[in-house]
Amino acid sequence: MIPIALKPKFNASFLQHLFALALMVLAMTLLSDKFATADNLFNVMRQISVNLCISVGMTLVILTGGIDLSVGSILAFSGAIAAGLVEWGIGITGIDAFIGFTFFGVVLAALIAGGALGWFNGLMITRFKVPPFVATLAMLTMARGFTMLYTGGFPITGLGYTFAFVGTGWWLGIPMPVWVSIGVIALFTFFMRKTKTGRYIYAVGGNEKATRLSGVNVRRVKMVVYTLAGVLSAVAGILVTARLDSAQPNAGMGYELDSIAAVVIGGTSLNGGKGSIIGTVIGALIIGVLNNGLVLLNVSPFWQQVIKGMVILLAVIIEKAGRKKD
Amino acid sequence: MINGTSHIILQAQGITKRWPGVLALDSVYFNVYAGQVNAVVGENGAGKSTLMNILSGTYTEYEGRVLLNGEEIRFKNTADAQRAGISMIHQELNLVPCLSVAENIFLGREPQTPFGTIDYREMYRQAEEILDCLQFTEDIRRPVSDLRVGRQQVVEIAKALSFDARVLIMDEPTSSLSENETTLLFKTIASLTAKGVGIVYITHKMDELTQIANRVTVLRDGRFVSESEVSDTPVEEIIRLMVGRERKDLFVKRSHPVGEKRLEARNVCLRSEEGSKHIVKDISFEAHASEVLGIYGLMGAGRTELFETIFGLHGRRGTGTLLIGDRRVMPRNPKEAIGHGIALIPEDRKTDGLVLEMDIARNIALASLDRVLKGGVLHFRGERAQAEGFRRKFDIKSHSVRQKAQELSGGNQQKVVLSKWLLTDPDILLLDEPTRGIDINAKNEIYRLIDHLAGKGMAIVVISSELPEIMAVSDRIITLCEGRLTGEFFREEFSEEKILKASLPEK
Ligand SMILES: Nc1ncnc2c1ncn2[C@@H]1O[C@H](COP(=O)(O)OP(=O)(O)OP(=O)(O)O)[C@@H](O)[C@H]1O
Ligand SMILES: [Mg+2]
Repeated sequence: MIPIALKPKFNASFLQHLFALALMVLAMTLLSDKFATADNLFNVMRQISVNLCISVGMTLVILTGGIDLSVGSILAFSGAIAAGLVEWGIGITGIDAFIGFTFFGVVLAALIAGGALGWFNGLMITRFKVPPFVATLAMLTMARGFTMLYTGGFPITGLGYTFAFVGTGWWLGIPMPVWVSIGVIALFTFFMRKTKTGRYIYAVGGNEKATRLSGVNVRRVKMVVYTLAGVLSAVAGILVTARLDSAQPNAGMGYELDSIAAVVIGGTSLNGGKGSIIGTVIGALIIGVLNNGLVLLNVSPFWQQVIKGMVILLAVIIEKAGRKKD
Repeated sequence: MINGTSHIILQAQGITKRWPGVLALDSVYFNVYAGQVNAVVGENGAGKSTLMNILSGTYTEYEGRVLLNGEEIRFKNTADAQRAGISMIHQELNLVPCLSVAENIFLGREPQTPFGTIDYREMYRQAEEILDCLQFTEDIRRPVSDLRVGRQQVVEIAKALSFDARVLIMDEPTSSLSENETTLLFKTIASLTAKGVGIVYITHKMDELTQIANRVTVLRDGRFVSESEVSDTPVEEIIRLMVGRERKDLFVKRSHPVGEKRLEARNVCLRSEEGSKHIVKDISFEAHASEVLGIYGLMGAGRTELFETIFGLHGRRGTGTLLIGDRRVMPRNPKEAIGHGIALIPEDRKTDGLVLEMDIARNIALASLDRVLKGGVLHFRGERAQAEGFRRKFDIKSHSVRQKAQELSGGNQQKVVLSKWLLTDPDILLLDEPTRGIDINAKNEIYRLIDHLAGKGMAIVVISSELPEIMAVSDRIITLCEGRLTGEFFREEFSEEKILKASLPEK
């Protein structure tokens, strides 16, 4: 055994992803003169920020070897809770009064609502051994149902100035939702790299039994992960609601697909244990640019779906081919 | 190309294999003679497994030539090599846990009915035929995950045999076999060589060389050192060629005054998953500071399960009491056990010991992450420095502590697991087959380490299936058989005969 050279510090597949993204941005710029305008770019970033928040949570879940299909429904539910609390507060039965909420109170309540549903997912998975696919599929429909029940099936509109600012405002020349997603990314990159729990998340996905034998409470790690995925869906829910200035009962439908796609394109293994937040960020950017570009190019919505599917396949195939070389 | 009566079937010429940062093989030569047992020896990380993976089509990128019956050949994959008559039993098991024994043996080549469905009757018949020769008595319809490692190994062997191989490569096949199973394997090998099959046999056990091998090839640090007849190469010479220097002194146990009682296990039981029978029955023993307690028993005697129960791995299925210091406990999970100062070094490093995707430093830190926290945050430099210490101490062959555990040779992986648990600074150390797959020098180092740790006051309990090994390191030995404790021996009364007898079921 003779050391020849130190391993490159940069992950080759990360650079590959970055390159794919750059290529795509370049292609869109050439194909459409509307793409590279400030208006459009900010628009893209605003759209992506929602998927980014969800996808960060999805990354944690997938890193443990699980999956969360309920993110879109939790998004809708927590968005509705936020809007409902602004609009109606909590009525007190018996007397004609209600408890009103400040902005931060509302946000906190929405995050707790999302976290609670995620926590329930975790409980089903760890205590009752329901496979993550099934547990979160059930939550997908239950949370949607709760949303319908809470809203009566109608949008709740008019959330006031602060929410409008969060959804459509700017700070230092950058849209607020983008700030939020940057915050989420920074926080979770740190969390995954530098904290014990972050390390355990990787370990559980890499080898659950060895991790348990090392004295790690695997159940707790999974509970944390699903709860955080719920909280992050709620963050996305607040962003969506704030941007539209209204909570739509059918918001977030199908969002689990875009977020799983972002995670997978970003190089995280569905078997768990391997992947990174930054990879997911690039994955989400790729998906977002693609969505936007296809619209700008007037590709029919039907074809858009076909193309998106093909890009996902392509990304994974290239990734696998790159890794196969021993 | 005739040597005595046999010819060379398979030949490796000037094989070079590079990994990122490592030259695993440097222009290596190797011959496989038909009808002979061709042994390959070398220290951990010498490149033995890598070479065999090339010959069996697992690794397809290399420099140099492989000749089959004198003609150059390049396998595209393992199936390709198997068709050419070369089959390999890997060092680490490669079975699909949820498939049955028979399904594993015929995976991808299931006998078919005229309707294109799997012909289970035929499959079971063929599987039984092969397994009978290996005296495998378990139900072949059961998933292999129900079997212990040793029995799984037998399934691997059966699988390799089912290919009608002309060259059969065995990478440390006996590392998890009992003596009985080993004897059977040797018989099988003899019948295969009689049929002209060329056996490649990798081992760290020198006595096996003289027992079955005809020729021996020595590798060192990825280079070819020598090839010779076993009969005219004394073992001492082989070892010298392997390590490139005189062998260090053999291990001689120092005796330490036995200290106070550290652990008393009382009536430890483990029920099987269905709850019907006991895998571990009413076992009570004591372990003292500065004492090495050996546990000997055949495969399936419940040794590993005893450890796992004490370590809390089986939760409520395990019952009994542990007295640790003045506390009475029964850990319900490994975390509690670790909290009581217990460490368990498991038998199967791949499934129980390591997170293969993680690097050496992270694996070593995993059970004691609190040590590398600085202000609540992981401190990478500290983590690497502590791993670097172990890397040097145990001579873990790797290009740095950032190398993935997956990329290490088997023996070096074992050293990483050992490091991980020593880092937890346990009072009670449970070692389950600690030298499995470890080369001679490193083995002696581990014995010395055990001795040293005992000297520092640790209570050590060791499981081993090698009688000479357990007799060399232990102060006291208890024997298990079919989940029960069947004997206890102090060092003065050690004798192979007595210990073996106590570990055998009464007929
Ligand atoms: N996938 C890999 N990537 C990088 N390096 C590797 C990989 N596999 C093996 N190596 C390196 O190649 C060298 C030879 O390893 P190999 O597994 O062939 O050793 P070995 O002789 O079989 O040792 P052991 O007796 O411990 O099984 C080691 O230094 C190992 O770290
Ligand atoms: Mg090996």
